[in-house]
Amino acid sequence: MEYLLKNGYVVDPTNKIDCERKDIAVKDGKVVESVDESRAKVIDVKDMLVMPGGVDLHSHIAGSKVNIGRLFRPEDHYKDYEVKSGVRRSGVGHSVPSVFTTGYRYAILGYTTVFEPATPPLKTLHTHEELNDIPIVDKACFPLFGNNWFVMEYIRDGKLEECAAYIAWLMRSIKGYAIKVVDPGGVETWKWGGTVQDFDQEVPRFGITPREIVRGLVKVNKMLGLPHPVHIHANQLGVPGNYKTTLRTMDAVKDLASGDKPALHITHVQFNAYGGVDYLSISSRADDVADYVNKNPHVTIDIGQVIFGDTTTMTADGPFEYKLFTLFRGKWANTDVEVETGAGVVPITYSRSNYVHAVMWCIGLELALLVNDPWRVFITTDHPNGGPFIEYPRVFSWLMSEKARERVLKRLPRLARVRTHLRDIDREYTFYELAISTRAATAKILRLTNKGHLGEGADADIAVYNINPKEVNPSLDYKLVRQAFSRAYLTMKDGEIVVKDGEIVSAPVGRTYWANTRAPKDVEDVVIPKVKKLFEEYYTVRFENYYIPESYLACSAPIQPLEPAG
Amino acid sequence: MVKFTLLTGRSLVQGVGKEAGKFSEKYIQEVSTCQIDPEDLRVLNVKPGDCIKLTTEYGSVVLEVAASSLVHRGSVFVPYGPYANLLVGTKTGGTGMPSFKGISVEVEPALGESVPEIKELLTKTYGRVK
Amino acid sequence: MICPSCGNLCDDNEVYVEGNKIVKVRTECAISSSKFLNYNKERNTKPLVRMGGQFKPTTLDDAIEQVARMLVEAEYPLLYGWSETSCEAVKKGIELAEEVGGVIDNTATVCHGPSILGVQDFGEPTCSLGEVRARADLIIYWGCNPSSAHTRHMKRYASLSKGRFRLPEQKKVVVVDVRKTPTARNANIFVQVKPNQDYELMAALKMLLGNEEIEEQEVAGVPVEQIEELAELMRSCEFGVLFFGLGLTMSEGKERNIDGALTLVRELNKWTKFAIMPMRGHYNVTGANKVLTWQTGYPYAVDFSRGYPRYEPGDTSAVDVLSRGYNDATLVVASDPVATFPKDAVKHLCSKHLAVIDPHISLTAFMADVVIPSSFIGIEEGGTAYRMDGVPLIMKKVVEPPEGILPDVQILDLILKRVRELKKGR
Repeated sequence: MEYLLKNGYVVDPTNKIDCERKDIAVKDGKVVESVDESRAKVIDVKDMLVMPGGVDLHSHIAGSKVNIGRLFRPEDHYKDYEVKSGVRRSGVGHSVPSVFTTGYRYAILGYTTVFEPATPPLKTLHTHEELNDIPIVDKACFPLFGNNWFVMEYIRDGKLEECAAYIAWLMRSIKGYAIKVVDPGGVETWKWGGTVQDFDQEVPRFGITPREIVRGLVKVNKMLGLPHPVHIHANQLGVPGNYKTTLRTMDAVKDLASGDKPALHITHVQFNAYGGVDYLSISSRADDVADYVNKNPHVTIDIGQVIFGDTTTMTADGPFEYKLFTLFRGKWANTDVEVETGAGVVPITYSRSNYVHAVMWCIGLELALLVNDPWRVFITTDHPNGGPFIEYPRVFSWLMSEKARERVLKRLPRLARVRTHLRDIDREYTFYELAISTRAATAKILRLTNKGHLGEGADADIAVYNINPKEVNPSLDYKLVRQAFSRAYLTMKDGEIVVKDGEIVSAPVGRTYWANTRAPKDVEDVVIPKVKKLFEEYYTVRFENYYIPESYLACSAPIQPLEPAG
Repeated sequence: MVKFTLLTGRSLVQGVGKEAGKFSEKYIQEVSTCQIDPEDLRVLNVKPGDCIKLTTEYGSVVLEVAASSLVHRGSVFVPYGPYANLLVGTKTGGTGMPSFKGISVEVEPALGESVPEIKELLTKTYGRVK
Repeated sequence: MICPSCGNLCDDNEVYVEGNKIVKVRTECAISSSKFLNYNKERNTKPLVRMGGQFKPTTLDDAIEQVARMLVEAEYPLLYGWSETSCEAVKKGIELAEEVGGVIDNTATVCHGPSILGVQDFGEPTCSLGEVRARADLIIYWGCNPSSAHTRHMKRYASLSKGRFRLPEQKKVVVVDVRKTPTARNANIFVQVKPNQDYELMAALKMLLGNEEIEEQEVAGVPVEQIEELAELMRSCEFGVLFFGLGLTMSEGKERNIDGALTLVRELNKWTKFAIMPMRGHYNVTGANKVLTWQTGYPYAVDFSRGYPRYEPGDTSAVDVLSRGYNDATLVVASDPVATFPKDAVKHLCSKHLAVIDPHISLTAFMADVVIPSSFIGIEEGGTAYRMDGVPLIMKKVVEPPEGILPDVQILDLILKRVRELKKGR
């Protein structure tokens, strides 16, 4: 099938195209130099914004804890449902949508790639089953390693080669994409009912500190040549004063970076950029964090923006979720997973009039606006922790318009305005910067070389928004921005039209990417049999039953990691 | 007629039996036998192996009785199955779950009667009137 | 080999196959052994249709046609069961229910449905079974009897298991039940509670944990001294786990009993690490609930009559649908409601069109109008299933099913295709 999208204003930062009138030719699922206009289907997108499809690197859409959220929040679904129609299966939505609805709604936003950022290896088959059922978008999942017994023991004993072999085996066995770390050492501590208070505090019975875990994993990541830096949810999330831990975490691996390549990605930093000593005095330290990021190219961040309204928090950070529960005394789910990690789920309503929430809201935007390089700061809400992904267009409008921010700011508690910096920031994102932060840069940091851009050879994942970037001033007409990005005029996936004028017209199966990682054979040959021996002692499933065959992925897309460094 | 509390539940033999088939002798024997404390059997004036009749507000059935000191005095235990369910009501109180345990039941000896054969019981109770 | 019997989903059994037959099983569990060795007995191998009161063999095509027609012509069909089949089959079942605008429910509705209702009110502090084995020093079995229903539970996961941080001799077992079950006989402490009074006992424990005094001499038939001892044991352990079963979900109070248990465990987390877990019965009842949740947003009793998922236990749940006579046809897959439902619900079930997909002639199949034989998951067909703690496993195929017998997922797919053709024709 050949298409020609004519007369649109293309924004393709990877190829340095900034709102230029350009035609995009599509053939056999790829962007090509040109097509025969007489044969191709011509779609007139005159004066509309044409961007690569969105690439969301951090959104909780699939797996055990997401499903727990869905299960115990039927009230999240009652008012927001989708009737079956045409190709569209029925479903329910809001902050923890059912799987079909998740895929459709992302596509309607013009997103074509979404990654689940935290999966417990033991239950990753569950994650894949859900990912398989999410239509249209390409996806992947990040297995959790920061509280894994094997990993902690290897690193403690200085056995990094063995650790790399273990992680390689695990990554390709369960079809994961990158190394995810949540509250390193903290979840294991929580399994005894405690929490990590300090980045250099020892994990009980393991004799290792969070710092050592993070450093060890960054080294292993380099050795394995995985397609993404270590993706970390830092210690002490949600705790006033935690910005110090965030800075120390970033600094802890500075010496391990190679050149300008990022060695660490810190996620939803808004939750980790707090000053103050308690919730009464909590303040924004986004400036300190942004300052560090500006000066240190070895880190990338995503913001984790808060949206006022009802949503559901869910994270592998079990101790944090328990703390949240003690604050609100509502529902609380916790699920520790043997050997590996844990999770907690707690519903929350972010309220404008709540001082703490107001500060949080400011911090997310500050991070995006104070970090100068859009190639290193990505727009997320840590869906659904900060807010549901369907509110992304609202975040875009805040970033592009000081007026839009002001409208919210003036309704926040005065003290929140004073203890944050947002009111003094007048920077506004351009469409170009928006495209970088939500597509070009995220594709790049995930090493998805065929995504996030519209150059020749790219996957034809394209989003067209009904907004004229030459005529609309996003600073003033932020409502138009929000509307346009809420319903794509056209979304194309692998050269197939999936969304037309905000409606789903086709629902193909998306790919599941995974890193087909290997360590040197002679090391694996020694390590894996040892792992197998310990398996019986550590796990309640057999070694043979841990493996997920590739056939269990609806559409498997393995990625070859780079040659191990050094 | 003596008032008891009816408990229905799983038993190992019921579990093993059902894997062998719901019409197997093992299964049917297990689910058509109820258990009562030996002291209570004396009060009822029946012996293990006798037939007794259980009646709740929802229905009644004749079962074989066995003695078991594991059962609370004043309770009668019947393993899950088609016989037990003749005694269970459908009121769920808005929860979807009927009350399978803790039902008030009247128990009396049923000498001369026998436990209904399963296929006959099903056909008679649930009929094929369409 | 993973055993397709109960929620333990033990994956360490050994099965010996010769030719196309299982000849030997190495397992510690009588139920598992029975399953692997007896599955072929009392088995149905022919599609059957009832004509003139009798079953007559028919072709698969004919049986599929009849079931498809039944579903299309019904105004409100019930699709029930789903707990002894693979997740792949459950997904097809959901698609089918959505296509015909019916209501789909699984066996949790008469089992741990109330537990789910409790979780929906309060959440659930829980963990995987390996965590229990590794760390727990206090295990409580409340209203459940694993010695009879989940026979390897104690040895594999709980009180008799060897954990990294906890040896069997360091683990204490408490059984709370209305009768001295086989499990209770092997416990360190047995607390005998009066039938239908578990909630009061839990309330008493919560009071004591909250430093209140109990004025009564006994609560729920348990002397207050014993309750005080239990409260102290729970508060002072390092890692406690409360396993519970149908003793709580089926007694008076139902989901309120579960509320009591969930809030009790929640309170305990103030002092120590405590988790709670329902003892799920069938080997994939958990999986069926999980698939229903991720595909529809709701765990069971899902109604599609308006074209989108609706959930109202008490109204869309199978026993209520049946006892009020809402449905006019039923498809039963991988379960046996005639054996497990109360009399009046079964009466209505049998009075309307009834189709069954099952490897055995179950009691429900015996009463059906159409019966389609299917293969056994975990023996003749693979597929995914979820353990009681949510750990997913891939069931294996070791022997071929008898000639012409298809797995549930394929049968449902054929029905779905035919349903769509019939709908188009209308």
